[in-house]
Amino acid sequence: MKSPIAAFIGFLVGAIVLAGYFTNSPLLASIRNPILDWTVILAGVAGLIAILNLVFGVHMKRIRDKAPRQAFSYILILSFVVVLIVGILAGPTHPVVQKTVTNIQVPVETSLMAVLAITLAYASLRFLQRQRNWMGITFFIATLFFFLINSGVFSFSADLPVLRTIVSAAHQLPVAGARGILLGIALGSLATGIRILIGADRPYNN
Amino acid sequence: MNVTASSAGILIVLVTTALILVFSSKPVRNKFPAMFRRIPAILRFKRAVGVAVEEGTGIHVSLGKSSLLQPSSTSAFIGLSTLNRVGQLSGAGDTPPISTSGDGSLAVMSQDVLVSAARETGTLQAYHPDQGQLSGVTPLSYVAGALTVIEDPSIRTNVLIGNFGPEAGYLSTASEERGSFTMAASDNLAAQAVFYATAGEPLIGEELYAVPAYLQSNPFHVASLRVQDILRWGIVAVLIGGAILKLAGLI
Repeated sequence: MKSPIAAFIGFLVGAIVLAGYFTNSPLLASIRNPILDWTVILAGVAGLIAILNLVFGVHMKRIRDKAPRQAFSYILILSFVVVLIVGILAGPTHPVVQKTVTNIQVPVETSLMAVLAITLAYASLRFLQRQRNWMGITFFIATLFFFLINSGVFSFSADLPVLRTIVSAAHQLPVAGARGILLGIALGSLATGIRILIGADRPYNN
Repeated sequence: MNVTASSAGILIVLVTTALILVFSSKPVRNKFPAMFRRIPAILRFKRAVGVAVEEGTGIHVSLGKSSLLQPSSTSAFIGLSTLNRVGQLSGAGDTPPISTSGDGSLAVMSQDVLVSAARETGTLQAYHPDQGQLSGVTPLSYVAGALTVIEDPSIRTNVLIGNFGPEAGYLSTASEERGSFTMAASDNLAAQAVFYATAGEPLIGEELYAVPAYLQSNPFHVASLRVQDILRWGIVAVLIGGAILKLAGLI
């Protein structure tokens, strides 16, 4: 059974934090700030627990079960232990630690983003096979159209007033579409946040 | 925040809360039953969950990388609600659902949700903490970790629901290449565009927030969808009214 006390505490804390966002009351700030500090600490502890579960639960199990590509699990555990020991001994802000981590992590992630561009280009080639409907066709044509518009092909339109106006208006279309989607997302976020706040939606808390 | 903005914010929160409470009350629900449009992706997802239970294959729910301390956490809560429902629906199956996330607190909450669902379905003995795993703490390491779950042969249904960046294209592409069912939704515009191009069943815009209402008939979920519609019409009226007043030179 879900605990009503936990729900009440959740509501109370949420209401205080929300009220503190809308007002500059020093009294509310004196309650709200420690609550937010505790939340950050709790989130940090949760993060540590989840990392330990990932390393010593998920990947140790993969090694024990002799799962395919378990070499990656060995690399992950070894990297974790090395970073943890060096981080504790030298401190996470030590320039050598920062430089070492950055020089490994940033190039790897940049390479992955580069490969992503190729993956997406390949996926977009197969897009029309999957989405053979008017929305899919519109999306495909819009993608090509805005590729052209943003590529600078129409830069000569600066000398042609009518074409310049049309190109300028076309540039505004994605902005309008994005705003429409973002408004919908904002309304969804608002309703979800209130549902969570009033305790009407609690998939967790047992 | 200035006084006008604060007052408007408080008013919006109070009105939305009041409307959700009103529309979730039984008399209003009976008098004005909700009518929602079909969202084929969600219908097909429900069918895919049924098929997964029958075939004994696994369902993977990826919850995104949103921290619960960020504004985007609402999409993570939608993911948790979806995970809860998936856990309930797949309780009778041979393979328990797995969730991956890119934030520690979200991972811990996903374990809580899976325990809750296992308890409800009487399958607590089959629960293992690895079912709710943190797959990485940076966007790309999260994706790399979640890929290993998607590539597991026992997983035939993948749901990507929460806050993702464009790097989530790796997940949807991998899932589609394996021939798995893929439903994908994000509150991030770039991720939505990527999902539209790469996922079999993408959800666009606020459809993400409709998933819990379509999966389970909780009166509050349904009420919040109706409130969103009402507020949307309010925004349309304000935008058109503002444009007319601007044209008339009154503002």
